Amino acid sequence: MSQRSDYMGIPSSTGHFGDFGGRFVPEALMPACLELEAAFIDAWADPVFIDEYRTVLQEFGGRPTPVTYLGRFSKKFGVEVFAKREDLAHTGSHKINNVVGQTLLTRRMGKARVIAETGAGQHGVATATAAARLGLECTVFMGEVDTQRQVLNVFRMELLGSKVVPVTSGSKTLKDAVNEAMREWVTCVQDTHYCLGSVMGPHPFPWMVREFQSIIGHEASEQLARRGVGVPDMVVACVGGGSNAAGIFAGFANTTARLVGVEAAGGAAVSNGSPGVLHGMKSMLIQSEHGQIEEAHSISAGLDYPGIGPEHAYLAAAGRAEYFGMGDEEVLVALQTLSELEGIIPALESAHAVAWIMQEAGKAIPRGSTVLLNMSGRGDKDVAQVRDILRGRE
Amino acid sequence: MKSLEVHLRELRATGRKALVPYFMAGVTPDWTRHVAAAVLGGADAIEIGIPFSDPMMDGVVIQEAAQRSLAAGTTIDTICAELTGASSGAPLIAMTYYNLFHHYGLRRAAGRLSASGIVGAIVPDLTLEESEPWREVCDDTDIATIFLVAPSTTPERFKTLASTTQGFCYASARMAVTGRAAGDGDATRVVNAVRATSDVPTYVGIGITTPAQARDASQRSDGVIVGSALVDTILRGASPADTEEFVASFRRAIDE
Repeated sequence: MSQRSDYMGIPSSTGHFGDFGGRFVPEALMPACLELEAAFIDAWADPVFIDEYRTVLQEFGGRPTPVTYLGRFSKKFGVEVFAKREDLAHTGSHKINNVVGQTLLTRRMGKARVIAETGAGQHGVATATAAARLGLECTVFMGEVDTQRQVLNVFRMELLGSKVVPVTSGSKTLKDAVNEAMREWVTCVQDTHYCLGSVMGPHPFPWMVREFQSIIGHEASEQLARRGVGVPDMVVACVGGGSNAAGIFAGFANTTARLVGVEAAGGAAVSNGSPGVLHGMKSMLIQSEHGQIEEAHSISAGLDYPGIGPEHAYLAAAGRAEYFGMGDEEVLVALQTLSELEGIIPALESAHAVAWIMQEAGKAIPRGSTVLLNMSGRGDKDVAQVRDILRGRE
Repeated sequence: MKSLEVHLRELRATGRKALVPYFMAGVTPDWTRHVAAAVLGGADAIEIGIPFSDPMMDGVVIQEAAQRSLAAGTTIDTICAELTGASSGAPLIAMTYYNLFHHYGLRRAAGRLSASGIVGAIVPDLTLEESEPWREVCDDTDIATIFLVAPSTTPERFKTLASTTQGFCYASARMAVTGRAAGDGDATRVVNAVRATSDVPTYVGIGITTPAQARDASQRSDGVIVGSALVDTILRGASPADTEEFVASFRRAIDE
């Protein structure tokens, strides 16, 4: 493994992480990307902004989230697993970290409205939540298929005062919601910020969202140090676009810890994809032999994305992080196992990371290793779906 | 200077305003006949859309056309094969998203397009900052790389884009994706911003849906681009003869 010590720093001035990243957007959006970059650089160097961001995450977002030792799970699988409990953050996942940062930045830029894309609805609910807190108008684009699969999350966003727009183009899922949000942003960029939900899109989004999520890794690093664990042997997180993984990796990128991202097998952009350009970035994408973007397939809507954030593509190419795919079956078993052994129902997304640990304990993960697992979200949103699947088999 | 720009500058020198219709390649089996009909109707250059699964800059009409075309199996290779040997009588300009060229291989894509008679490329998600690799391979061909400017473009960017674009400068009349809005928008201001820094021919597009709009926009610029309005008629079953008349109606209005 590389011994470089400057991973997950500042990207190049054009937003590149090695060969990946950059900006591939219509000219109409370039000024907004440049404005956002300047605003973020300014804010992220301003102690007043950083203090407000941290205070809001404490008093509103429920931070710091704890690290929990998974005793029974660890005993059963012969590895020492600690979970960073983003599932306990407000709105039920790590998504709140990013939206608190971006909505504060929206207000700082003098914009009164945010738009967002969402797949399962987690980022949409988080954005609606943070927008409500600041009195920002909020419109969320959600694939029509997803609005039907996640009826309750649509209602949550509406309760929070947001407008949800069903997207009927393309495959009517997350990637089309991103397209539609970009199309909308072109028309309203003067007064509207696009609150992108993951470490993807044009520069500065991949960097900015990673910075807003890096609080996960920095907290976890301190928490493990305080309890005498020190640097874990391995850090494992699920990856769709990759924001929770980027956030926790950021605390350990320049340590000896192995970094592992677990993608849905049906959307494994690093394992099965090839380099390409989509949604404003160059990254690894699932695409046809002709370069048409293919639909991802996963039991978890949050990982149903045919790409991955460009910094992950870079970390993979540089050999600093490893990425593996995990199938739906193993994920369902992992969700049940963790629920029964630890009293924690993980989100289907997070269960991908759990499943990989279960599969690799004693193999890729040597017995007795210390593993930090990012429990990126709670499974409440998924219980109806899981019930239907399991009952359907009885 | 690329041959496209030489041609379009000569056209301007004659006092003629350019009319550039857009077609989605492969949307119907007879799409090349529509292209030929448009030239008979008075088109000065043709945009050939290459369908992409995720057209970020396009509204519902061109999205629908792209989906139909992809469902019919359209690829860069099928388009180039159909264009090769078919003399359209007007310069052909490819319009698509960067991933298709990136995936095909930039040098290979430029060579393939060029060999099929294409002399220009509009790639709306290829920013000036990311365009160097593409422009480099095009320099070995006769393909002109055409950049867009928008109402949000800053004075500094107007200057760089206008001096980098080849063939013509594509002035977005409004902050919108294709086909979404009507009206004049900011065309005058955008065109003047280009003209303040460059003498490259400047054409107005995005939201030109009627002959009257085309006439107004052409009076403030060097030409107009008509996309969704035309594609919409083809999606609804227009024949090549209908296309010829559609283009001719724009031609007459512009030439009035």
